[in-house]
Amino acid sequence: MEQKSFKKHFILLSILLVVLFFMNISLGSVSIPFKDIFNTLSGGIASKESWQTIILQFRLPKAITAILVGSGLSVCGLLMQTLFRNPLAGPFVLGISSGASLGVALFILGSSLFGGFFLTNSVSNWSLPIAASLGSFLVLSAVIIAANKVRNTMSILIIGLMFGSLTAAIISVLAYFSEASKIQQYLFWSFGSLGNLSWNELLVFSGIYLIGILGTTLIIKPLNSFLLGENYAKSLGINVKKNRNIILLITSILTGVITAFAGPIAFIGLAVPHIAKMLFFTSNHKILIPAVILLGSIIMLICDSIAQLPTSEFTLPINAITSLFGAPIVIWLLIRKKKIFV
Amino acid sequence: MTFTNAKNTILKTENLTIGYQQKKKDKIIFSDVNLSLEKGKLISVLGKNGIGKSTLLRTLSKVQKPISGNIFLNDINLNSYSEKELSKKLSLVLTERLPESQLTVFELIALGRQPYTNWIDKLSNDDIDKVNIAIEQTEIGHLKNNRFYELSDGQLQRVLIARALAQDTEIIILDEPTAHLDMHHTLRIFSLLQKLVAETSKTIIISSHEVNLAIQLADQIVLLTEKTIFSGDASTLIEMNAFDDLFPKNIINFNKKLQQFVINKN
Repeated sequence: MEQKSFKKHFILLSILLVVLFFMNISLGSVSIPFKDIFNTLSGGIASKESWQTIILQFRLPKAITAILVGSGLSVCGLLMQTLFRNPLAGPFVLGISSGASLGVALFILGSSLFGGFFLTNSVSNWSLPIAASLGSFLVLSAVIIAANKVRNTMSILIIGLMFGSLTAAIISVLAYFSEASKIQQYLFWSFGSLGNLSWNELLVFSGIYLIGILGTTLIIKPLNSFLLGENYAKSLGINVKKNRNIILLITSILTGVITAFAGPIAFIGLAVPHIAKMLFFTSNHKILIPAVILLGSIIMLICDSIAQLPTSEFTLPINAITSLFGAPIVIWLLIRKKKIFV
Repeated sequence: MTFTNAKNTILKTENLTIGYQQKKKDKIIFSDVNLSLEKGKLISVLGKNGIGKSTLLRTLSKVQKPISGNIFLNDINLNSYSEKELSKKLSLVLTERLPESQLTVFELIALGRQPYTNWIDKLSNDDIDKVNIAIEQTEIGHLKNNRFYELSDGQLQRVLIARALAQDTEIIILDEPTAHLDMHHTLRIFSLLQKLVAETSKTIIISSHEVNLAIQLADQIVLLTEKTIFSGDASTLIEMNAFDDLFPKNIINFNKKLQQFVINKN
């Protein structure tokens, strides 16, 4: 497609991203002078050792997590909206987050019910991500098997929603029979959290994230052809079924790993692609993919900065902030522009 | 139903049975179809609603599988073309609505270059030239930067034709491109297609209800009736009284002298 130059947009957003990244790290319950933050990040030494630990072990991993989560979910949302030609599609329409939730629910809630099965309930750092990954992988396989049985792409959307309802129902049943403390533990996971990731976890997370993003750049062409519908895409020499499976796989891997490490983060995946489409006024995925990566990172960093309530001891659930902050933006954009696009 | 006209045949069917494959019993729409379509002609597929025009075109363009029989494109079986190879031989203008998006007219036409672009869909100078030529041929230069959802039905059809032209194929198949258009715009589309056949020596296959227009403008007519499929130029088909069976005779009749359908006057 013809290249309109969006250089200015991209440069501005990149600068904004860098500024917000530093702002995010400088905010928190302990106030650290900007000079020390800069020194620490550039490999030097902060004036207090505790500051250095806070920055390197807590704030920096959290800011990086925010970027991975925000951009990853936004890319998935874009892929789903293009594949399903539906502006309401988001990364969670395939029921993948429900699968992850089911995995975590089985682990936390189920352990008291079928105690022996899970042996001891020793919650290591890895057990929740592993439970979530297994859950989302289970639902992903079911969705992909079902997707290859049906001809109509819209049916996949409905099948995904049905899997979501199914897992939600199972979680309700589990919760009904569980102790209050377990339910609370599960509930806290479902609020989402960007913190608590060790560098080792972050390494695994970013590795899988990069595979997903790399895969997305390889399917820019089929994604653009899907803008004309599947029959036209096929007549342009695109293998529709293969590319549909690739899209489903990438989305599942990305949302799966994000939900595993950060919980089910709402809203970002649905809203950011719309914000990008309105800001850039294009449907070309060559522009939209970098655009949603930048915008998703930016918005997630802002949400996280708000969630940690600067200078206070409290941290609000990130899941609430993304919706509280994001929904009004989308409503405002829609009223201003009056038209919504897939 | 055999029509052999071997010279310059581009698309040929051999004992083709078209319809829908179902679990219990296949729904057959036409069987033993033996057509040969000539290179560089405007070919019109005529027939009443629901007779199977779209099914025939969908089968010819490999969107839908035939129940049995073979289709040959340039004497090579259609099945042996990969999707990629076929996309350089045959382009489509479909009846389905485009999904909503913010594509501009230029971008939409440029998507027709996908069979030739690299993995990241970069347009070469040659691609851009081809797109601009297609825009010129369909006379839509003034719409180039519009979003496609702003266009009228007639303009959109021209844009879709331009997209097919940009795909640079020997054959263009159009499924009822004039369905939503008034008489004036229908005629404009037909004469545009006629002009394109003359200028580019492409083969254009178009399905339509516009019998009167097709008789005057098409080089070859494929006429689908309840009983059989006729194929040939308009005057041959008129001689064969082929049009008599096209529609039930209680409201309109084919007038041989006027070479068109007229309403019964009583």
